Amino acid sequence: MAPTPAASLTRTIRVQLFARYAELFGSEFVELPSEGIHTVADVLERLRALPGGEVIGTATLVAVNLRQAKPALPVNVTDEIAILPPLAGG
Amino acid sequence: MAFLSQAALELDELIAAVSGPGRGAVVTFLGTVRDHHEGRGVSALGYSAYEPMAESVCAEIVAEAERKWPVKVALKHRLGDLAIGDSAVAIAVAGDHRDEAFAACRYAIEELKRRVPIWKRERLADGSVEWVGAEAPGSRPQAAGNTP
Repeated sequence: MAPTPAASLTRTIRVQLFARYAELFGSEFVELPSEGIHTVADVLERLRALPGGEVIGTATLVAVNLRQAKPALPVNVTDEIAILPPLAGG
Repeated sequence: MAFLSQAALELDELIAAVSGPGRGAVVTFLGTVRDHHEGRGVSALGYSAYEPMAESVCAEIVAEAERKWPVKVALKHRLGDLAIGDSAVAIAVAGDHRDEAFAACRYAIEELKRRVPIWKRERLADGSVEWVGAEAPGSRPQAAGNTP
């Protein structure tokens, strides 16, 4: 059965946060209403508006489905989205 | 092989995993926790990761190195709390000859540092705690894959 318009409006995009970003946002994930979010750039813009989001910029690293993603990549509610602070392995 | 480990890294295990009768050159790299960073004393480190992605990217890096050179590559990265001198990353590469083994080992560590989602939090000698890796607006170290 297709979702009703009301249900589709309440769908959310879940975004995982790590390390310093999880501390700044006070959580290891945030849920964003999916309405109006079409791309990785849209996700970053929404995050920037949240408390703790000042650190998010257009060059912030984003992974979609375990791969680094460019700002123009389309996203939807089924994608696994993660915001990556500057990497520091090794 | 899991590429991330909460347990101490054993370089011998990685060497055994890549060695073979035809491989006359084994190159290893061990990254250890040092007691200073940018002029300040460090007393301990903690590593965390986006684990599913880190495992996936490590597998890609190993496959890439083994495609580029006729070698076998093993690598592991430690997670959790580490003390000064502990091994944080271990890589072993075996090939018929040293040139390809050195090149592949260098490739593996450089790509790991550039692409694998792992983060490091330092406990400094003065008791403060800091995430390593300055925010650099406008910089984009890597944007591979998922290109629209």
